[in-house]
Amino acid sequence: MTTETTKGKYNVIGTRPIRHDGYDKVTGRAIYGADIKLPALLQGAVLRSPHAHARIKSIDTSAAKALPGVSAVITSADFPGAHDTLIDLGEGAINFRYASNNVMAGDKVLYKGHPVAAVAALDKNTALEAAALIKVDYEVLKPVSTVMEALKPGAPIVLEDLEGQDLGEKIDGQTNQANHIRHEFGDVEKGFAEADIVIEHEFDTAMVHQGYIEPHNATATWDEEGRVTIWTSTQGSFPTRRQTAGILRLPDSSVKVIPLEIGGGFGGKIPSYLEPVAAILSRETGRPVKLLMERTSVFESTGPTPGTWMSAKVGVKNDGTITAATADLRFDAGAYPGSPVGAGMMCVFSCYDIPNTRIDGYDVVVNKPKTAAYRAPGATQAAYAMETVVDEICQKLGMDPLEFRIKNAAKEGTRRADGPIHPIIGAVETHEAAKASDHWNTPLEKNGSDGKLRGRGVASGYWFNIGLKSAVTISVNEDGTVALTEGSTDIGGSRASIAMMAAEVLGIPAEEVRPHVADSEGIGYTDVTGGSRTTYATGYAAHDAAQDVVVQLRERAAKLWDVEVDEIEFANGSYQSKSDPELRLSHKELASKLGSTGGPVIGSASVDPEGAGGAYSTQICDIEIDPETGKTDVIRYTIVQDVGTAIHPSYVEGQMQGAVAQCIGWALNEEYFLNDDGAMVNSSFLDYRMPTSLDLPEIETIIVEVPNPGHPFGVRGVGEVPIVPGVATVANAIHDALGIRLRTTPMNAGSILAALKAKK
Amino acid sequence: MVEKIRVRATLNGEPVDFLVAPYVSLLDTLRDELGLTGTKEGCNDGNCGACTVNLDGRIVDSCCVLGAEIDGSAVETIEGMAEPGKLHPLQQAFLEEAALQCGICTPGFLISAKALLDKEPHPSEDRIRFWLAGNLCRCTGYDKIVKAVQKAAESA
Repeated sequence: MTTETTKGKYNVIGTRPIRHDGYDKVTGRAIYGADIKLPALLQGAVLRSPHAHARIKSIDTSAAKALPGVSAVITSADFPGAHDTLIDLGEGAINFRYASNNVMAGDKVLYKGHPVAAVAALDKNTALEAAALIKVDYEVLKPVSTVMEALKPGAPIVLEDLEGQDLGEKIDGQTNQANHIRHEFGDVEKGFAEADIVIEHEFDTAMVHQGYIEPHNATATWDEEGRVTIWTSTQGSFPTRRQTAGILRLPDSSVKVIPLEIGGGFGGKIPSYLEPVAAILSRETGRPVKLLMERTSVFESTGPTPGTWMSAKVGVKNDGTITAATADLRFDAGAYPGSPVGAGMMCVFSCYDIPNTRIDGYDVVVNKPKTAAYRAPGATQAAYAMETVVDEICQKLGMDPLEFRIKNAAKEGTRRADGPIHPIIGAVETHEAAKASDHWNTPLEKNGSDGKLRGRGVASGYWFNIGLKSAVTISVNEDGTVALTEGSTDIGGSRASIAMMAAEVLGIPAEEVRPHVADSEGIGYTDVTGGSRTTYATGYAAHDAAQDVVVQLRERAAKLWDVEVDEIEFANGSYQSKSDPELRLSHKELASKLGSTGGPVIGSASVDPEGAGGAYSTQICDIEIDPETGKTDVIRYTIVQDVGTAIHPSYVEGQMQGAVAQCIGWALNEEYFLNDDGAMVNSSFLDYRMPTSLDLPEIETIIVEVPNPGHPFGVRGVGEVPIVPGVATVANAIHDALGIRLRTTPMNAGSILAALKAKK
Repeated sequence: MVEKIRVRATLNGEPVDFLVAPYVSLLDTLRDELGLTGTKEGCNDGNCGACTVNLDGRIVDSCCVLGAEIDGSAVETIEGMAEPGKLHPLQQAFLEEAALQCGICTPGFLISAKALLDKEPHPSEDRIRFWLAGNLCRCTGYDKIVKAVQKAAESA
């Protein structure tokens, strides 16, 4: 179901063409990172720490080096030692020195799975055999795994050189607290004093992984000129170039990144893990080297999203007006600073208009893998706290939860708790569409004869979306088709949405635009495929590049007819003379005359747009719990989302449905399960247990379109906000079924059974 | 060096004759020895289904079969699914229903779904969800995959 405000307004936008890269992807022809083959290719393997926290006393690589077929063995001693420079990757920043230590441990290992050495050999099995021959002498240290443990005085120190900050002041002595920041507005004490009801609770959430199916991979050559070429699966060729160059201490221009097809990322394929290691192995061997990560290492060594401790407190009047709210968000960053707590703070209260707010955020290092972005990073955890407190308030007030959200909704002009003023947003429209949905208006039969307990939950979420830099070129072929070159790696259909926007401007069908993702030397700087920015910003660049083509084609028509350019107008895909209706050529006809009017036409654009528009999602979930086993089944799920403008509605729905599946897994089952030594012990798909097709129902989607004035076609970006309210939605449904609030994730069968037992 | 084993099999309807070390999986055999990289590795321990191939009429995780085991057998991979110039109805339905996002799990899903429709041309939604539960997808939430299989079943 779609609430289409754009219906009929466009020719191409809003239709559902077959994606351009689809044929290669259903036939097995598409080349993903692991599929690359190069002459004289060596295979690599990485040796990783079995300990969550240990000092490396020595590494003996002699036996590995002596194994026949081994070409090189490297450790951190073979890395140049990166500078202490902070760079922004679009969704999170990294310090090169920490990034270098993360890809190859220095004097300490900080999590189970931390790389300590790497091998290049003639084949994979020889490389693995050699890695097993490397002897590492560890002094095992006590690990610290959770935020609250890490903040205790006397806790084991993860990073001995960390300079902690607290509200702008440097912390004296060693600490695991990388930062503590605060947003404060109005007078919260006064606001709570005005409230009739005040609810406050504490929450714990487990670390979870993005769970993309394709493991990380990288293939590299380091040539005689000192130039590095990388083939990889990445969410951004340019950010991978920057990270690799920073870690290798090379100029960015000495590294070329060739992006191959990417098998999922959700934020987790923004950081570089294997690229610099493969490059150094190539430097040592003079041959190309390929590294493929094992699934276990994907879990243990690549960016999950933080585990957290949070508290949220909300005050309301009896009429349902929110008077004040505070939140304390403490996120584990993993082994190095840089959790997404800042983004969580930007989102926690942003569904609402609240006059008095205070938000504290802590970024804390622990002995777990360095966290990375995961779809609206930080916002899902924050919404779990806020939206379950709001649900309890609605229950105390006896108020419909959607009415409560509409009454308190953020609108154009509302100040967000962290400062910015909302532009045109679709919070109210999203809640209204949820209220009008078939799901909301179909009563749930709560307790059936089968003894199952049923419940319905609702929750909302906000994500701000980002803009950043994108470049596009469009060259016109003689047959009127156009070749569109972009720098955004296509993780889920963005070639199609970007091509469709160019087609809309040029007045041609989507199929006549051939999109191509270029390497880092084939297009201008383009930021990551992430932050819900690709269709927004790269689409913006495609729009502008197509307009550049139109400008040039008008000039060609003027030249052809020997009239002034101002005399030529472009409408409905044709170029025509304003004064002489006989002078008219379609895009296709004009394209066939480029050879005789000055040669090829190439349009280009580079953008860094400021007008990314925030997005809202409201979700409704029905669940069924077996009180004998504690097992929860999701029996109906509806997601409502303001997308601005749905360029390709099928792929918009796909983003919504995929995010719902992820948050059902996050809510009910997924977690990093650590043993007493701080080591993850469920690092396989079998034990981590993401949802399968059998675990999920149909996922109903309702697209709301409140066009974003900051984009030529009103795009907001769709990839992230759909995950934000999901965990809270499931939690509220569990409460509705059991009368019990679970404030720890995962809310799995064990915790439900324990809660039911405690209630008796 | 371990002595390689000679294997003669049928791959996508054509005879193959190759040497493979005894410890190499069918997945690595297909990808590295026989050049068919359409079969994907997601976990290498039989839990994601990205490497699903059809072995003598049964779907298997090719990471959990040895290359040497296929001697005398018939193997079908994603590369053999379309006829020249014409997609299989499942491939066409996956495109039309937008049943893929990143596409890494798609070959495995297609091989699994084809085995189902070959056996049961008109399965129920529950049956499709049960049959495909051995294939993990993290992008789509399965909704459009299930609908694509239903559509292909209807068009057959």
